[in-house]
This record gives sequence, C-alpha cells and structure tokens, in this order.
Amino acid sequence: MKKVGVLALQGDFAAHGAALERAGAEVVYVRHPEQLADLDGLVIPGGESTTMLKLLGFEGWMNQLAAFGRRKPMFGTCAGAILMAREVKAPHQPSLGLMDIEVERNAYGRQSESRVAEIQPEREFQQRTAPGKLEAVFIRAPIIRKVSGGARVLARYDGDPVLVEQGPHLVATFHPELTADSRVHSLFLEKL
Amino acid sequence: MFQFSSEQFRVKVGLAEMLKGGVIMDVTNAEQAKIAEDAGASAVMALERVPADIRKEGGVARMASIAKIEEIMRTVTIPVMAKARIGHFMEARILEALGVDYIDESEVLTPADEEHHIDKNPFKVPFVCGARNLGEALRRIVEGAAMIRTKGEAGSGNIVEAVRHIRTIVKEMKQLTVLGKEELVHEAKNLQAPLELVEWVAEHGKLPVPNFSAGGIATPADAALMMQLGAEAVFVGSGIFKSADPPARAKAIVQAAKNYDNPEQLLEASRALGEAMPGLDIAKMPESELLQTRGW
Repeated sequence: MKKVGVLALQGDFAAHGAALERAGAEVVYVRHPEQLADLDGLVIPGGESTTMLKLLGFEGWMNQLAAFGRRKPMFGTCAGAILMAREVKAPHQPSLGLMDIEVERNAYGRQSESRVAEIQPEREFQQRTAPGKLEAVFIRAPIIRKVSGGARVLARYDGDPVLVEQGPHLVATFHPELTADSRVHSLFLEKL
Repeated sequence: MFQFSSEQFRVKVGLAEMLKGGVIMDVTNAEQAKIAEDAGASAVMALERVPADIRKEGGVARMASIAKIEEIMRTVTIPVMAKARIGHFMEARILEALGVDYIDESEVLTPADEEHHIDKNPFKVPFVCGARNLGEALRRIVEGAAMIRTKGEAGSGNIVEAVRHIRTIVKEMKQLTVLGKEELVHEAKNLQAPLELVEWVAEHGKLPVPNFSAGGIATPADAALMMQLGAEAVFVGSGIFKSADPPARAKAIVQAAKNYDNPEQLLEASRALGEAMPGLDIAKMPESELLQTRGW
C-alpha cells in the first residue's frame, strides 16, 4: 500500500486523508519536515495559502517541501495548487514552483461566488480513471490563468483549466476531497 | 432533510472545512487586520470593538460600521467575517449584500430578538453560531448554521467557560452514540432538536458541521487546550489585541493551533510574548454580565 502524506498545517487535511483512504492509500498527516522522509507522495490540501506559507516560513521548511517535490509526486487542491504553482498573482506570493502554471488567487471573488459545478473532464482523464462527469466544489477558488511548459490540462470549467498534470504532479482548483467521487485521488495514486 | 446535501449548504460548510486547524482573529481596523494576516490567521472577524471593550463600555453593541468592514475587506486576502446581532436578519442581509465571507450571529453583540435566531437557510452567505451545549448547537444547525463554535465567555480572557462548553458538547455527542432508537426519541425532546438530526449525531459521533471554539482564549496554551478537547479551529477575540505584543502573540497562537500535540513546539511558541490580556474571574461576575446566556 502506498504511503501518502497530507500536509496538515491548516485546512481540509482530514477530508483529504479520508478520500485517500477510500482510494486505497495509507495516510500520514505531515506537521514536521522529518515526516517527509519515507513518503511515496504528498497532498497539499485546501485552506488558506497565506496561512500555510506563514507557518512554513516561521518553521523554515519551504525548501525541504520544494526538494520533496523534485523527488516525489505531489497533488495540490485550491490553496495547494497555489503553493505548487510557478507564479502566483493577486497578490504575488512565494510558491514552490513545481508546476508551470500561473495562478490568480480568489479569482472568482469572495465566498458568494463559491459553487458546486458539473464539469466534463477531458477524454484522457476518463480513459485513465472511469467515464463520467466530475462534480467540482469551488470555494473562494483561484483560476489558472496560464499553462506552459510540460503542464497539461485534464479538465476545464468555463474554459479555464481546473485540473492540470505535469509529470508526477497534479493540481486542482476545486476540491475532489469534498465529494464521494474518488477518481481524482485514484489518478494521483496511479502516479506514485 | 436539513438540506445537508444541497449545493448551497455544501458550499457553506466547504469554507468552514478550509478554515480548520487555523485561527480566526477579531480585528477592529485595517492595521490590525494586516497584523492578523501577517501572523498567519486563516480569517479575520471585523467588528467595531473587541469583546473586552464591549464589556467595559457597555451600551448597545451592533453590527460594525460598513466603512470599517470595507476597509478590512480591502486590506486582506483571507476570508473576512462580520458579526450580526442575534435575530437581526436585516443586519445579516446587509452584511450579505456587502459580500462578507461568513456571518457570526453572535451573543457578543446585544441581541435584537429574545426568542428567535435568524432563519439562516435562505441566505447565500454562511453563518457561524455560538453554542454552550449540544441542544443549542443542533438548534442552530437546523436554522442553517454551517459552523458551530463554543461560546465560552467572550472578553473574559478566562478559558474556563470555553472548556466547559466543548466538554459538554463532546460528552453529549458521545452519550448519544450508545443509545437505542427509543432513547434517542427521548433525547431529541430533552435537546429540543429534531429527531433526524439527533439520530445523525448518534450515528456519526460528531456534528454535521465543523465545530470550532471561542470565548476566552488568551495564550498559545489555551488554543492548544481547545484543540486537544476537540475543537477543529479557534477564534481569538480580545486575547490578541488586548495583549502587550499583538503581532508576537498572534503568530504564537497560529503556531499553537497547528502544533497542539507537540509540547516542545508549544514551549517555543510561548516564549517572549509579553503580558497576556487581563483576565476576569467568571465565578465573581453577576449573571447579568455574562454574554454566554444570550441565545435560545
């Protein structure tokens, strides 16, 4: 069984843990950098990206997290996608730079613009997991404004990329961990 | 039932999920909001006066001025919450129109209605409500609250009431899990809550919405204590900006919420913070001065 860490600084890490267990992984909640050592992959959950960045900064392990990402697969949702991006806007903030994407924070607006949407993922996503639409929960979500380099879009909403893969890494601007559909988590586990 | 599966309710609870493990800080102006965000707050609560000042100055405490809330919304990128008076659904409608991310129907403000809380289900904006026990929590959830927080005793700097409330709620939930169907019917009557909701809690052993803690948290140790007792995040009101060194204390409490199970890191977070806010002995306070008894 693959051992997957969930970064548990702040946010919906418990929902990710439950989703990963449903998809068949062993879960470790990561609160200290030493815990990264024997993981097969890491999930950065939803939450507040500024809070996660501050905590990583106070405790000085941003570089260790980036180094982990250069060795092992990582999957980020919402705040996690912001942390994994190459470039972050509105406002600019530091990030791990693991994915060739440019992300604009809170791009739909405030909580009143949060929503549940049905999206039609790319055929490739359905072939690699199972056919059918995805229910996408967007909470004060960012928008991926630019995809470049080796990053590939696996699903869009309203024309904007919302599920993007690059090599071992995966990001979603929505929250698959808040639905019963475990295809996105399964896809990540396939990459480990 | 209770629209748990409705899209709107899931989106409301969704934001509460994103705030777990974090600290929501009371702020009264843009400068304080910036300090909170820089310290790693996961959200801020915009209000006119912190509870300790409301307690001291008396008078009617209302929704904060719009200019104040807007100034705070312009300053930070983290979610901004604001308080409405209990039962004052028009303050809530105004806050919703303003676009705040969460409304706290709060006992810290002077109640506008002594029998009814706001019917929160028709709102698009999510609500958090205070509770001292499971019955109060479940009644607020039926009304549409998407997050519960223990009331504690706001502005007291004394954790004893927050501890009492989280222990009560956790114990009452545990007790339900061992009861049979006919006993749950009886408990629903005692709790003054709908049977279906009581049955849901009995089956899952937890509330159907996130359960945070508030009211009296003044130190990193207080925050860690509440997390140990089952709170999924903490609200800090007067505890930060009534202390000697707000930026240091704010940062320390954020670290404590994350490291609540690690005494060495809590020790580090507790160093060099300066004076905490002054505390009040609740046992010596007259009943009429308690904020927690507001709400029905």
